[in-house]
Amino acid sequence: MQPGLYHILFISTALFFIGVYGFFTRRNLVTMLMSVELILNSVNLNFIAFNKYLWFDKMDGLFFTIFIIAIAAAEAAVAIAIIINLYRSHNSIDVEQTEELRY
Amino acid sequence: MNLSLLILIPLLTAILLLLLRNATQVKWVALAGSALQLVLAFVLLYNFRQQRIEGNTAQILFETSYNWFPSWGISFHLGVDGISVAMILLTAFVVIAGVLVSWNVTKMTKEFFFMLILLSLGAYGFFISLDLFILFFFLEIAVIPKYLLIGIWGSGKKEYSANKLALMLMGGSALVLVGLLGTYFSGGVHSFDLLKLSQLQIPVQTQMICFPLLFVGFGVFTALFPFHTWVPDGHSSAPTAGSMFLAGISMKLGGYGCLRIATYLMPQAAKEYATIIIVLSVIAILYGAFATMMQKDLKYINAYSSISHCGFVLLGIGMLTKTAITGAVLQMVSHGLMTALFFAVIGMIYERTHTRQVSEMSGLLKKIPFVITLLFIVGLCSLGLPGLSGFVAEMTVFMGSWQHPDTFSRAATVLACLSIVVTAVYILRAVTKVAMGPLTESFEQLKDAAWNEKLAAIILLAAILAVGLAPNWLINLVSPGAEIIMQKMQ
Amino acid sequence: MPNTTLILLIILLPLAGFVMLGIFGRKYFGNTSGVIATSLLLLSTALAFYTAYGYFFKYGKVDGMYQKLVPFKYTWLQFSPGLSIDMGIIIDPVSVMMLVVVTFVSLMVHVFSLGYMKSDERFPTYYAFLGLFTFSMLGLVVSSNIFQIYFFWELVGVSSFLLIGYHYDKPSAVAACKKAFIVTRFADVGFLIGILVLSYSSGTLDFNTLIANLTSPQTNEYKNAIAASFLGMSALTWGLILVFIGAAGKSAMFPLHIWLPDAMEGPTPVSALIHAATMVVAGVFLVARLFPVYAIAAPSALNLVAYVGAFSALFAAVIACTQTDIKRVLAYSTMSQIGYMMFALGVSKYGGENGLGYTASMFHLFTHAMFKALLFLGAGAVIHFVHSNEMKDMGGLRKLMPITHLTFLIGCLAIAGVPPFAGFFSKEEILLAAYQHNQGIYWIALITSALTAFYMFRLYFKIFWNREHHPLHEHHGEGGFSMMMPLVLLAIGAAVAGFIPFGHFVSSDGTRLNTGFHLQFSIAPVALGLAGIFIAMWMYKKQNAIPGKVAASLNGFYKAAYHKFYIDEVYHFITKKIIFNLIGRPAAWFDKYIVDGLVNATGNGTEDFSATIKKFQSGKVQSYAIYFLAGAIGLALLFIYIWK
Repeated sequence: MQPGLYHILFISTALFFIGVYGFFTRRNLVTMLMSVELILNSVNLNFIAFNKYLWFDKMDGLFFTIFIIAIAAAEAAVAIAIIINLYRSHNSIDVEQTEELRY
Repeated sequence: MNLSLLILIPLLTAILLLLLRNATQVKWVALAGSALQLVLAFVLLYNFRQQRIEGNTAQILFETSYNWFPSWGISFHLGVDGISVAMILLTAFVVIAGVLVSWNVTKMTKEFFFMLILLSLGAYGFFISLDLFILFFFLEIAVIPKYLLIGIWGSGKKEYSANKLALMLMGGSALVLVGLLGTYFSGGVHSFDLLKLSQLQIPVQTQMICFPLLFVGFGVFTALFPFHTWVPDGHSSAPTAGSMFLAGISMKLGGYGCLRIATYLMPQAAKEYATIIIVLSVIAILYGAFATMMQKDLKYINAYSSISHCGFVLLGIGMLTKTAITGAVLQMVSHGLMTALFFAVIGMIYERTHTRQVSEMSGLLKKIPFVITLLFIVGLCSLGLPGLSGFVAEMTVFMGSWQHPDTFSRAATVLACLSIVVTAVYILRAVTKVAMGPLTESFEQLKDAAWNEKLAAIILLAAILAVGLAPNWLINLVSPGAEIIMQKMQ
Repeated sequence: MPNTTLILLIILLPLAGFVMLGIFGRKYFGNTSGVIATSLLLLSTALAFYTAYGYFFKYGKVDGMYQKLVPFKYTWLQFSPGLSIDMGIIIDPVSVMMLVVVTFVSLMVHVFSLGYMKSDERFPTYYAFLGLFTFSMLGLVVSSNIFQIYFFWELVGVSSFLLIGYHYDKPSAVAACKKAFIVTRFADVGFLIGILVLSYSSGTLDFNTLIANLTSPQTNEYKNAIAASFLGMSALTWGLILVFIGAAGKSAMFPLHIWLPDAMEGPTPVSALIHAATMVVAGVFLVARLFPVYAIAAPSALNLVAYVGAFSALFAAVIACTQTDIKRVLAYSTMSQIGYMMFALGVSKYGGENGLGYTASMFHLFTHAMFKALLFLGAGAVIHFVHSNEMKDMGGLRKLMPITHLTFLIGCLAIAGVPPFAGFFSKEEILLAAYQHNQGIYWIALITSALTAFYMFRLYFKIFWNREHHPLHEHHGEGGFSMMMPLVLLAIGAAVAGFIPFGHFVSSDGTRLNTGFHLQFSIAPVALGLAGIFIAMWMYKKQNAIPGKVAASLNGFYKAAYHKFYIDEVYHFITKKIIFNLIGRPAAWFDKYIVDGLVNATGNGTEDFSATIKKFQSGKVQSYAIYFLAGAIGLALLFIYIWK
């Protein structure tokens, strides 16, 4: 059986909710960052799948995917820089410990 | 003459003040600046009268206009008529007296005088602008310094009072802004220009919505019942000059706005709402007077009596006759001068006795005759003694109100007349207690007024007498303005 | 024609004195200020006499009628076309007569005070206040505009306030000046509203036009004013009643009289000037000024004037019989005599022989000014001598103070209506007018005149007889020339003023009125007066037990009269309990807790609300993310299913 659009969408949806679940439940900032990556990748997957199955004569989906990969890389760099700074000041990367920005 | 000078001079004074480092220099510069304002106000008066004598009957004189945001119909449009000239004179008098009585401010002197001058800048700008947008802009400029004056240099529960005052005035401004925008968008022309707006007939539908917004918004400034409660706290917590500016100038911003913006632009709505205005103002007059009777602190007494006196302004506006409106403007001028002097005197007493409680003072006439004589004069002015300004203003309002033959207006006028007895009661109770009777022992060492206090008092007193003894010049100045407002009514 | 400059000078000279002494007195003039003020006033008095002479004998009369001249008028405040406050001078018989009375009595008081107030530290201030008062009173009597009268009316009120409170460190003086001001102020509201009513009805504030408009039945103003009715009376009647309330307040008519006895806290010469001879008759003057309107257009208002006047006359006379403070006796006697003037106006009609009451009232005003000023100044001399106001500290002073004794006796005879002293003639006319028009009032007046004679001689005997020797060991003489001269001059006035043929000069419509002397008619009042005198002599000439017995036999009534019929207590109850507790306090409470409470509640409510919602701003990234997600899902659902 050839994998069709629905299969890929199923995988990407699963990936998305795994990411969301990880983002909400994990306390470790690095893990949360990884979860965010999962979410982004699920979106990438969607883009590619739609491009391939629905508008295979266009390239927009692919471009967007590459765009997102690049931005995700940059974002990871920034996020890790923040995490490192946070670790320096708080000695922890537990997100529960960083509540200074509340009311 | 160029009206921009009225904005430029306070502005330059304020900038100069910021550059100075020495407290003495600051005071003298502030005094020179405010003296210049006074001179300018007199020059304006002279030129205005000269123009009128030469037969220039235009509604607005000395018009100047600079484009600002032409696409939105906003221009920097200045001009004066008799009513604004009267208000500018009042402001100039109060400012110089306020600067003089603040001579002994030691805490952050530079900033203090800066705030005073800034406030005067806002007031002048408000009174001369003919564009509603910049009028609003200057209104806001006049609010902020008050907040700081009370919050920083005040006494008692100053934070509470400053917050209350700023929030209520801001609330009033917000209503004004909504009303202005409503007028802008539904008035027919997309313009903030007062003169352009006054040319056309604003749809009655719009008037009925925008008039209450504008009137109540400005009414908050002039202690419209029941939005008056910032008055007692604000005045009593403010430093002396702050109270003087508050009562003398900023309460007048409201009265002027009610008259010049709300009533002038929306005559039909004004007629419709007149009954409510009259009822509220009569309540303010009587209720303010009775509440004053129960006060024990001199500043509270004067603040509550301001509510009562400002009720006459609103009553005059609500009655919508030429005489009554003239009376309302006279009452603004008179009340401004009188309360400014009253607060100045209270400040002088407080500086010496360190109390404002009436019950703790007695027989001060013996020790500080100059100050107490002033207290007598200003008290008598407040209760409407002929020869002082209060009489002229109140009688004009009464006379104007009585021209309506219906029972409702008659009853309102009679009730308002009754307040002059209550005024006499509370003024005499306070003044005689403080001034007369046996001298309290701890006050044996008091010193009478210093030069700056005497000068401030004499300046204000001269103005009060000028209105009280020869009122015709002021009436001739003001009544053409009232006439124009009444003409729109027809 | 009258010389405007001179008439203006009469009024402005005392003002000049006030300004000069008020501002520079304490620094530069000191003890010379009395002389300065007195000489200014002397000039003013001379000018007033000159004007009176000119008016009455030279130019005033045209075709047998005294004219109302308005030599000076300046528009002071223009309300609207037609309605303006004009500062003007009206010259007619009444105002000229008042000019003479005011300047003359004021001059006497100025002179008297030179001695009486000699050692006072606020001497210049005292004379400044006297100047202010004299100026205001003169301005009042020459007013050509009803609002001008109100203007000066308030000014005399405030100068009275200042002078009553002159001894400002005495709490009773402070209370008295406050009371005087507030009570008269209350009445002034009536006056003010009355002015508004009259100005609306007549379309003018000018006296001459007002009277013309409201008395001739042809004018529209008259028709409208008569027709418009409120609670069964015409607007005009209401207006005039309100004006009369103002007049009653100033003239201490029942029930607005309570300030007058307390006003005796002021220095005695002040009482003589303000609270006996001039200011308190301003109310009578006001009614007289508007008399044509009262008489022609609103007879019911005039009836009210008559009854209030008659009742006050009797009421005050009864109280006067029981008081022990000599100044208070004189104060009540003043009230009683003003009652006479009022009801004389009240029973009068307009024009010709029927206007006898008007003439009599003005005549009595004139003679009363003389003998009452004399009595007060005499009392002042006595008080100066014994340093007390109470009768019990006096007695047996006739040998120590011979001039005072004699002049005081003349004053007493004059007020008691014994011929040929001044009071006899004026009172005679009043009684005659009352007899002709209102018998009830005539009987009240007759009883009052007997009482008057009684209490005045009670006073006289208590001060000068009653004891053989006064216990005062060391005394400083009767007072210098400055104190005795006014007494003598006023005594001459009180003795001979009655022979002036007053009706020739002053009458309700300006024509000559012949007031004859009716021998049969005067038997009754004179006999009653003499009876009063003899009873007083029997009771008080020597110390004896009769007064105590009489008082005991009249127990309840005596006590009530002694306590002034508890009117003060009633007022006290109304002001303290009702106005303060039932209006003032609730108003202040309402402001503090309801209005202010609402504002604070708005503030607090906002604060509470933000305290509730601020918890969303927890600082936890993950909870933000949950809200975000929930929001996204919610919006998605909304877009998909609801807003398709």
